[in-house]
Amino acid sequence: MKYAVIVFPGSNCDVDMYHAIKDALGEEVEYVSHTEKDLSEYDAILLPGGFSYGDYLRSGAIARFANAMSGVMKAAEEGKPVLGVCNGFQVLLESGLLPGAMKRNRDLKFICRPVNLKVENHETMFTSEYEKGEVITIPIAHGEGNYECNDKTLKELEENNQIVFRYHGENPNGSRGDVAGIINERGNVLGMMPHPERAVDEILGHTDGLKLFQSILKNWRESHVCTS
Amino acid sequence: MYKVKVYVTLKAGVLDPQGKAVKGALHSMDYKEVQDVTIGKYMELMMEKTENMEEKVEEMCHRLLANPVIEDYRYEIEEVVPQ
Repeated sequence: MKYAVIVFPGSNCDVDMYHAIKDALGEEVEYVSHTEKDLSEYDAILLPGGFSYGDYLRSGAIARFANAMSGVMKAAEEGKPVLGVCNGFQVLLESGLLPGAMKRNRDLKFICRPVNLKVENHETMFTSEYEKGEVITIPIAHGEGNYECNDKTLKELEENNQIVFRYHGENPNGSRGDVAGIINERGNVLGMMPHPERAVDEILGHTDGLKLFQSILKNWRESHVCTS
Repeated sequence: MYKVKVYVTLKAGVLDPQGKAVKGALHSMDYKEVQDVTIGKYMELMMEKTENMEEKVEEMCHRLLANPVIEDYRYEIEEVVPQ
């Protein structure tokens, strides 16, 4: 399986994401510049964390118009897995691939520490390796992760089981509905503020993120068993 | 040339953590009469004369300058006479 890590000017978790795939998962991965329009050769698209375009205007607002985003939209339409982490999640929200928006954290501070998450939906291509309701520890590192959406959107997300991860025990940033990660209706575009790529090896302190990448791989293999 | 002034604020009903902190600071400075503070953005665009100017500004606000999910915007367009 071949993964693309999209690199925007100001991305800074691209290297972590690359190593999570290459070393922890053992799959093929390439850095892909934000200028590249054609992403058709990749089986999965990863939008890493960081501060694309300096977070100017709004987090993710400018990256959303980068050339690579037309390829990301196309991959999403084709049903390929698209994962946006932290700034990548913000880009997915700005692009409209996922509903809602991010505000500054409730306490106006940049928060960088491990948090507990509850796996609310373990029946997605990103979470099938987790147990139902499993509580996992994954680091967060953001200043604008305060998820906001209107009542109608929140209701739809809940009814369709699109809230994949919620903060567990405490809500660090003020997110509506304790939302930490959501998926699109079709189930192939996941955005999350916590960093699974920073929790894939004992030496990093946590390994709970590994199952997310293993889920993507397993589901891809199962759906491609006849063709490859 | 035209100067376009764009004002972006959070929609009413969307909690504004910055506004809340600033209101708290003003209250602690004894400006008790302050009822509410909303923090937004102000942008200035210098534009050449163009057809459908207002339509274009509207489009720019909607697509990039503001996020309509949580923000409201308004703008003023004024002609600037070169000195």
